Amino acid sequence: MSERAGSPVDTARPTATPTPAAPPTERPGRGAALVHRLVVVRELGILAALLLLVVVTVVANPRFLSGQNVRDLLISASILTVLAAGQTVVVVTRNVDLSVGSTLGLSAYATGTLLVTAPGTPVPVAVLAGVVVGALCGLLNGVIVAVAKVPSLVVTLGTLYAFRGIDSLWASQSGRLQINAADLPDGFKAIAGARVLGIPVLFLVAVVVVVAVGFVLRSYRSGRELYGIGSDPDAARLSGIPVGRRVLAAFVVSGALAGLAGVMYAARFQTLDATAGTGQELFVVAAAVVGGVAIFGGSGSVYGAALGALLLTTIGAALPQLGLDPFWREAAVGALILAAIVLDRSLSLRLARRLRGRNLRGS
Amino acid sequence: MAVDTPPATPAGQAGAQRPPAASRLRLLGSGDAVITFVLVLFLLVAALSVEGFASARNTGFLLLDVVVIVLIALPLTLVIVTGEIDLSVASTVGLSSAVMGQLWFAGLPLETVIPLCLLLGAVLGAVNGFFVTRLGLPSLAVTIGTLALYRGLAFVVLGDRAVADFPRSWTTWAISTIGGTGIPVVVVPLLVLVLVTAVVLHATPVGRSLYAMGNSEDAARFSGIDVGRTKFWLFVVTGVVSALGGVYWTLRYGSARADNAQGLELQVIAAILLGGVSIFGGRGGLLGVLAGALLLGSVRNALQLENVPADVLNIVTGGLLVVAVVAPQVAGWVRSRTRPRPAGPPNAPPARPAPDTRPSTDPAVQVPADQRGNR
Repeated sequence: MSERAGSPVDTARPTATPTPAAPPTERPGRGAALVHRLVVVRELGILAALLLLVVVTVVANPRFLSGQNVRDLLISASILTVLAAGQTVVVVTRNVDLSVGSTLGLSAYATGTLLVTAPGTPVPVAVLAGVVVGALCGLLNGVIVAVAKVPSLVVTLGTLYAFRGIDSLWASQSGRLQINAADLPDGFKAIAGARVLGIPVLFLVAVVVVVAVGFVLRSYRSGRELYGIGSDPDAARLSGIPVGRRVLAAFVVSGALAGLAGVMYAARFQTLDATAGTGQELFVVAAAVVGGVAIFGGSGSVYGAALGALLLTTIGAALPQLGLDPFWREAAVGALILAAIVLDRSLSLRLARRLRGRNLRGS
Repeated sequence: MAVDTPPATPAGQAGAQRPPAASRLRLLGSGDAVITFVLVLFLLVAALSVEGFASARNTGFLLLDVVVIVLIALPLTLVIVTGEIDLSVASTVGLSSAVMGQLWFAGLPLETVIPLCLLLGAVLGAVNGFFVTRLGLPSLAVTIGTLALYRGLAFVVLGDRAVADFPRSWTTWAISTIGGTGIPVVVVPLLVLVLVTAVVLHATPVGRSLYAMGNSEDAARFSGIDVGRTKFWLFVVTGVVSALGGVYWTLRYGSARADNAQGLELQVIAAILLGGVSIFGGRGGLLGVLAGALLLGSVRNALQLENVPADVLNIVTGGLLVVAVVAPQVAGWVRSRTRPRPAGPPNAPPARPAPDTRPSTDPAVQVPADQRGNR
């Protein structure tokens, strides 16, 4: 909303590395080490919550950890994880992409249509097509945000409607309101069940995406610059970072990953209509926030977001096992978001105090 | 080293140097006037070209459809003017509707149920306000959380059932019209609320203080405004009004469901932003919001009369929202091409002790001079 530059502590939120004031070239001092440790603690915290949840659920129902159940869980989590990875890239720049659910739907429908109308299409081409559709959606968002300099919250709220509208218009005009499993070629459908060393391929895709995004964000100059932009856009601009271009690229990445998630959705569910992915944006943002990605940019890691996605998915799967109404899921997600931001706040306040103390000692 | 920010950032000063006070000409070009003009133009064109648009019956339908949007937009406008946001309004509608259904189902009379629902709304709003003002958390993140939480609780309360046996006298009142005019009866109390809100926002010190907060929270605090308390009560009021919206929604459709008004927050916010209120706070007026809500409602209504499929309505809604925010930027760009302007990042924490609440980066904030509640 307000694009305030933030309180003294905001820039001191746990970041994978510090804010732009400490460019990646600077050798990590004690402050950076402190920040780094906090990030690790934060991510271990999610992991601990996840483990606790799994243990409690397994005690209630030992079959929760059966091979098939775990595989289903990982496949479910992988779509959300890919979306959350893309969202992280955007959110660290102090932007947000609310249109990912609609982008997913559009890309899933486009992929499905391609495979139905041209059954001979090789699977990689279909995947690429879905990714390109998503990237184009992201490009549109990015151009409006970066060139017209309009708040991304508003823009992506608009495109959330618009992409969904295009999706359902396409579905109703083409006379193919629903694409069923029977219409899809076998080669594509095989993706859902495919495994490598017993691990579902869809999950491996998510892992590759997370590692790749994590690597770029952490080790590439352009990745570091995204954090710089999110910490303080003005400072980033003054220090020569091409803010507009980076933000544009972040939206394209988010869109492309939402497109990939659309392909994964199509492969997994194999029944597609214009409503695919509706409301996903809430869970995607939730996964990122729960994973420690600060909603106002500049901090958080894609690994945290991925763990957040895994945690949210596990909650959904665990509730019925614990004998709780599945209706509790959304409430649990909401409570978790609140808990996560309160935790982040207190961590960053403590960190700020520690760092200030250090400065006073004249380090 | 890196992480310590000095308590006063340059952006804090940048916010202070606003362009000189609004001239009358500026006022004509302000968001309010433009959107009102567009609305009038659209109504004229639609009345002339769309068959049945101007009929009393259709006017009634149109107004019934925008009643809840306008109702919730009233307090939410004030919240956005202060630079905060509340995304949980539609979930509050859903939860109060679910609770209303459950309490009625349990045998309580509506005369008891409705005050209880409003009280619930106050509590839900207070929760938002507590997290935002007491704990200093960004309202965007908090209300995304409560958006999920309240909707989830609505499902916990009512599940996927629907309670529909509300007394006929109440449900017919909700959609009854004034004589043969087609204007719904509820428009009268709504207009009273609109007037009250307009007076509060544009003609009282409280309203002024909201703009002050939205422009610079620090400046507001230094001039003696209790920012935290004001915002807290704004969230409470938003909760109560949203719950009222939930009660009305339930009666209007004669059905209490947990998924009532799902996604309505987007429409309300779209109407507010279309009305020229800046998402960064400090700018906008109630007339514009009213026009924005009516414009969105009548565009959808006219397209429906023209048998345009519902899908296109979504494209139009989304497109309108984007155009509404891009257009002023383009206008500003045309006006001052010489000044390079930084991008406006959308979000920032409403951290209470923030030394700087009005960063320099938002062009939308710098261009208009009439932040002072353009009437």
